[in-house]
Amino acid sequence: MSAALLIEQLLNGLQLGVMLFLIAAGLTLIFGVMGLINLAHGSLYMIGAFACAAVAAATGSFWLGLAASLAAAAAAGALMEIAIIRRLYERDHLDQVLATFALILILSEGTRWLFGSFPLYLDIPPILQGAVPLPGGGQYQLYRLAIIGVGIVVAVGLYLLISRTRLGMRIRAGESDREMIAALGVDIRTLYTVVFALGAALAGLAGAMVGALQSVQVGMGEPALILAFVVIVIGGIGSIKGALVGAILVGVVDTMGRFLLPKLLALTMPASQANLVGAALASMLIYIVMALILALRPRGLFAGQA
Amino acid sequence: MALSRETLISALLVALLVAIPLLATAAGEPFYVTLATRIAILALAAVGLNIALGLGGLVSFGHAAFFGLGGYVAGIFATHAFNAEPLPFGFTATTAMPVIWLGAMALCGLAALPIGAISLRTSGVYFIMITLAFAQMIYYFAVSWPSYGGEDGLSIYVRNSFPGLNTAQPLPYFLLCLGVLVAGLVLFQLIKGSRFGAALEASRQNPTRLAAVGITPFGIRLVAFAVSAMVTGLAGALFADLNRFVSPSMLSWHMSGELIVLIILGGKGRLFGPVAGAMVYVLFEYALGGVTERWQFFLGLILLGVVLFARGGLLGLLAGKARHG
Amino acid sequence: MRTILTASLLALSMTAAGVAQADPVKIGVITTLSGGGAGLGVDTRDAFTLAIKKAGETDVELVIEDDAQKPELAVQIAEKMIQSDKVDLMTGIIWSNLAMAVVPNTVAQDVIYLSPNAGPSALAGANCHKNYFNVAYQNDNFHEAMGQYANQDYKNTFILAPNYPAGKDSLTGFKRYYKGELAGELYTQVGQTDYAAEIAQIRASGADSVFFFLPGGMGIAFMKQYAQSGVGLPVLGPSFSFSQDVLPAIGDAALGVKNSASWSKDLDNEANKEFVEAFQAEYGRLPSIYAAQSWDTANLILSALAKASVKDKDAFRAALREADFKSVRGEFTFNANQHPIQNIYVREVVKEGDVLTNKIIGTAFEKHGDAYVEQCKM
Repeated sequence: MSAALLIEQLLNGLQLGVMLFLIAAGLTLIFGVMGLINLAHGSLYMIGAFACAAVAAATGSFWLGLAASLAAAAAAGALMEIAIIRRLYERDHLDQVLATFALILILSEGTRWLFGSFPLYLDIPPILQGAVPLPGGGQYQLYRLAIIGVGIVVAVGLYLLISRTRLGMRIRAGESDREMIAALGVDIRTLYTVVFALGAALAGLAGAMVGALQSVQVGMGEPALILAFVVIVIGGIGSIKGALVGAILVGVVDTMGRFLLPKLLALTMPASQANLVGAALASMLIYIVMALILALRPRGLFAGQA
Repeated sequence: MALSRETLISALLVALLVAIPLLATAAGEPFYVTLATRIAILALAAVGLNIALGLGGLVSFGHAAFFGLGGYVAGIFATHAFNAEPLPFGFTATTAMPVIWLGAMALCGLAALPIGAISLRTSGVYFIMITLAFAQMIYYFAVSWPSYGGEDGLSIYVRNSFPGLNTAQPLPYFLLCLGVLVAGLVLFQLIKGSRFGAALEASRQNPTRLAAVGITPFGIRLVAFAVSAMVTGLAGALFADLNRFVSPSMLSWHMSGELIVLIILGGKGRLFGPVAGAMVYVLFEYALGGVTERWQFFLGLILLGVVLFARGGLLGLLAGKARHG
Repeated sequence: MRTILTASLLALSMTAAGVAQADPVKIGVITTLSGGGAGLGVDTRDAFTLAIKKAGETDVELVIEDDAQKPELAVQIAEKMIQSDKVDLMTGIIWSNLAMAVVPNTVAQDVIYLSPNAGPSALAGANCHKNYFNVAYQNDNFHEAMGQYANQDYKNTFILAPNYPAGKDSLTGFKRYYKGELAGELYTQVGQTDYAAEIAQIRASGADSVFFFLPGGMGIAFMKQYAQSGVGLPVLGPSFSFSQDVLPAIGDAALGVKNSASWSKDLDNEANKEFVEAFQAEYGRLPSIYAAQSWDTANLILSALAKASVKDKDAFRAALREADFKSVRGEFTFNANQHPIQNIYVREVVKEGDVLTNKIIGTAFEKHGDAYVEQCKM
């Protein structure tokens, strides 16, 4: 095993983590501000991917598709918030789980109704094709580096938004004391709609970018949703910083587990068996890590006020 | 008044659940017996979850783990007995359901203790997610472990037996499952009315006060979690025998989600909530599936309607005010 | 009796005349019509109904239901079809794990099941059954063909598949015929969508080719990421990841990939031309291999119906075993375990105008059976 391969795998883990961060950021933001468990977050991710693929196919431009994914997911999010989600803030988590579970069913089948049963095509834009050389002799794909870049920009952007802007101030106020900011005359209903749409747009952005790497199909949101939940729970629900750390931890652990576990086990057992057992362990690894972290820190790594 | 109305409606539900299979058998339509059996088993699984969720406020998003483990006990016993092989740890394989049920409950209880002990350190959404994490571990283990079929699952070629009953026939098997469901409901009611139940209720509403009188909520919750897991595991064993098949999909997070849905749909914490929920859910799934391939879309709309407009679930809607406490 | 039935199938007027034996034949079709895997089920259903329609068959009644790719739901539907609809025959299931859930109990209740796609090894060997007919393939077949084909050009192949029974069967099947070295062997997670870690290992392994089996969305994701990574080694695989239903989603990344199948749209025989034309005319898209297998299943049933009553199980099974129908795959016969003996072809992904599709470039096996037939005591 060369150093170049190791570096490449670490980058792969980082990139997977950044991708998870983009999905998880919206989820944790929505939970932190509104106290809402949104199982339909994965559906917003799917909507982003479908919007990007459809617009890119019609216009030939990935970038127009990317814009469309942001718009479609934000619009779908705002619509959902106004029509349904708004009625759930005062309910307990169970009602939220049931309602958003129902939304998954509706959005999945609705998407299939619109786009048909076959997966859609979406490729990475020409300008981001190809690879760049790495120190140590390896090379790394440009598009994946771009995803890491987008993740960093979003993380910094969210940090600035929340700590430096009026909207951010209201979000922070909303997290700590709901009645108070309503009393201060802030229109809390609009604030919630804006936050929900922002979270949805982030999910849509992630869906569009991932869609170029994977298959754009109905049901793609569910595995992403589960991983996003793992991430925000590890990080501490409601904490953007926690989501970032949790996402990168999950990305790196998952990638390195798939890469290294079979090799480690091969030292103690025959290679073909090590492959099987290693793969089985690797698929359980992030959940084991999550259980360990929660056993030691029951409110995640960076517990918010939630 | 509200209570008696709930009792009335509950009685009606049970009467319906018993009457339909009897009528169907008389009419030579055994499939409806199978459908009713499915309702009874899913209701039992949800009754199990309701002990943790409804009484103890412990929202487990991982109860599919116990449902599936129970199913695998039935499947593994049947397979070993069919092939006349001994079980691991020196147990003898048998197709006798009482033994299998005990095995399923013992395994689920044993699994629930460490899972519960770790999970109960957390609360709220963290509890929801850590139970999911444990279920996912078991799910991936089952998918990739080759001995018992992995993702392909395990077929039970002949339904396991119960002394004095022909379980291969739909009606006797339904009555057996109904009997177990009733036992589960009685257990739920006993727990609810007992001092343990009162302490569990208190641990949900006011853990600090409970601690002040010298009871640790942790122990009570852990016991409730384990009992809940055992009941759900028993339902899993019955479910595997109903389908004559067990596979990792019984362990998937969808299954955990469905169990929660059954409870909320029927009415959380109510004795007959899971029964009402299971009836409505299974019947809608069946009826809509026959009408349109878009059935999941309409099922979603119905669930959404219930949660938005029928607070307290269907029983809450029908029986009026939410229960006290 | 036989003449009466044949006559009633040929002419609707006979049923109108009230021949007692001419009950309509009821066929239950359980397939996946919702969720991520719906495309395969839709092709299966569409080809099946079209074949029945083309034959002008009015005495065949279809009961079609969606299993949502859930084994428990498939079991429930199967029970309903047997007990309530009282179907004579069943077919339609796409996935091995659903077939394993449904088939053993269906055939035990003396209902004949014809598999249009899945062929798990468990049902081909010791647990074969007189009521179970596989019209598609045994699961190992296409992988074996790729192993055989790889011997021509490659000596150091990297192989990967998901970590579940069909994945293990796949790599076992490949290795059964492949004689070269393995540059690496990997099992991936079921439902995995990111393959960067695996592709990095392929790049570092010094392999001269890659063989993979990743059905559904997994294969689309792998192929796109593999092409984007620029590793550029030749790719081999079974046809599932290069079938007409997924090719548009992979795009040009699939061009040039060699894949194995029992059927291709350019296979030169009358039945196939008729099928491809009819399917395209009716649905406005090219048929996939799932459509082809389902079309064959329907025609096999029709051929048997012309010879025997479906109520006379022994005669009907015998008629099915003769496989006296015009298969779109050319020559088709049943093995002792009622699995196909057929040619397995190697195809290459090409572009015809704007449309990605496959063309046959060789034959890996002629009249190929499966490795489990010996274990079947029927």
